[in-house]
Amino acid sequence: MLTLNQVSKQYAGGVVALRDVDVEIPDGDQVAVLGPSGSGKTTMLTIMGTLERPTGGEVNVAGYQVGKASDGQLAGLRAHQIGFVFQDFHLQESMTALDNVANGMLYTGLPLKQRREAARSALGRVGLENRITHKPKQLSGGERQRVAIARAIAKRPLIILADEPTGNLDSKSGGEVVALLHELASDGATLVLITHNPAIAETFARRLKMQDGELVADECS
Amino acid sequence: MLMSASVATLPGAGRSQKARLAPHELFGVALQGLRTRRLRAALSALGIAIGIGAMVAVVGVSASAQANLLNLIDRLGTNLLTVTPGQTFLGQNEVLPTTAVPMIEHMQHVDSAAPVYQLTNANVYRTPYVPAAETGGIGVDAAADNLPPVVGTSMASGHFLDRVSARYPEVVLGAEAAKILDITRVGGHALVYLGNSWFQVVGILKPAVLDSSLDSTVFISLPVAERLFQQLPNPSEIYVRANVNSVPQVGNLLPATADPQNSSGVQVTRPSDALKARAAAKGQFKTLLLGLGAVALLVGAIGIANIMVISVLERRGEIGLRRALGATRRHISSQFLTESALLALLGGVAGLALGAGATEVYSVTQHEPFSIPLYVLVAAPLAGLVIGAVAGLYPAAKAARLSPTEALRV
Repeated sequence: MLTLNQVSKQYAGGVVALRDVDVEIPDGDQVAVLGPSGSGKTTMLTIMGTLERPTGGEVNVAGYQVGKASDGQLAGLRAHQIGFVFQDFHLQESMTALDNVANGMLYTGLPLKQRREAARSALGRVGLENRITHKPKQLSGGERQRVAIARAIAKRPLIILADEPTGNLDSKSGGEVVALLHELASDGATLVLITHNPAIAETFARRLKMQDGELVADECS
Repeated sequence: MLMSASVATLPGAGRSQKARLAPHELFGVALQGLRTRRLRAALSALGIAIGIGAMVAVVGVSASAQANLLNLIDRLGTNLLTVTPGQTFLGQNEVLPTTAVPMIEHMQHVDSAAPVYQLTNANVYRTPYVPAAETGGIGVDAAADNLPPVVGTSMASGHFLDRVSARYPEVVLGAEAAKILDITRVGGHALVYLGNSWFQVVGILKPAVLDSSLDSTVFISLPVAERLFQQLPNPSEIYVRANVNSVPQVGNLLPATADPQNSSGVQVTRPSDALKARAAAKGQFKTLLLGLGAVALLVGAIGIANIMVISVLERRGEIGLRRALGATRRHISSQFLTESALLALLGGVAGLALGAGATEVYSVTQHEPFSIPLYVLVAAPLAGLVIGAVAGLYPAAKAARLSPTEALRV
């Protein structure tokens, strides 16, 4: 269960990015977050991902109260239970696809051999088994994002958080990436995906709409 | 507190929740960070390398110079003692009795003794036309024919005084005296004018390291001196080689043996002591140079800190990603600290090689033995490591403080 209870986030300088947000996402749900730029989508996602702490309200992620947990506990949570996918991939250019994915589990404490095994199987699941030794430069945008997705899911996380994963892709690869995320999360992981593409949002059973830091709609279809 | 919300079949269920990074993984991450920016790493390590190299060279060069002197002492031996007349209570010069030489020669543990007799009213000139006052500071001694081996020197050319020299006007020049008289070869027309007659130069000595006063002296044989000046003066100095294991005992007995009636008028010295003191003094000048090396090292450390700060700013994306992947603040700071320490360690090792190279060049050109103290082999890389760790403290703390979301936005 992932819950946000009256969550606010105010940055130094007085900018309010999030205002009294209440969300409850049961395990295994797939949720799209929609909204214009600056509506607080990314802030909400980073709070769900424990990368930031709220300035008000309570956040519960996989049994941890984020406000009270230590830096080490939250890092452990991210290392084991949360997979991030970013708009601009954040792959390391000097490393092969395999090592980029294996590096995603660096902080789990798994030995390199096991990390590589998991990475190999994750790359297989995203359909890149024959791109294992390629470096990011040698891959297309869609392939790069699939490497990033493999990195997020290789540790079999409880929660997958994707921040506009299709933002840098053409609509065809974007569609493929979203379909892949749906499929990968179908084994029980919670998926929260930010997008401002309504067509992509339509593929989700539940859609949260943000506006000026507030949650303005919570639709289920 | 962990309230496991996940059912056993869910992904991520039943796992330890700690974020971990084994030391060897940390090392790998740091190495990776350096490898992706090779040129920059090399240039910033160079600063440390130059500083440590300078310090290693200073230590190495002075150690080599010291080793050279100590070798010299070993070669010349530490068992030479010199016996000279001292001064009276009122500051007048004492004299050694003529019996001193045979008395000393008969002492136990004395291997050999070689006296010299200073001929105070004799001077040596290149020709009779040189004004009498221009002596060049060269003294004239009558010497026993075993003088060179006893004082630990040998011939640069020709031979020392021998049986022929006892009957004919022959002279041997000390190294400095030969230079002043401008005589570089013996035989032929190598003549000097001494006490109203011409003397043939039959030998030139090498410098006598243990007693450099011999260098500006010319030597004639005892019988010739006796003939020339009617009578030999009292010995002005007696060189004594003692058994290596009994040098102090012999030294203690020498005054009373040389002059039983007035042993306090006899002075005994051990020339190798002065050389040892010089060897110790060679080590002194390096303090200043080490200080200069330390300044170079400080500059290198600031360079590394500077590069690491820039690196942290440039790699905000990487830092954010690592935080998202589960790195704790401590993992991030350790990574940058390790990178900085590794960088400087590399510099330390390179500096050691540089310094050793410089010492080698010095020792080859100066014909001195190559010597670097053993502790330097450990101290140089260690110094690099410590400097790197200290220089990396601030950048590492800065990296750890970075907000992961801000870092990811880059």
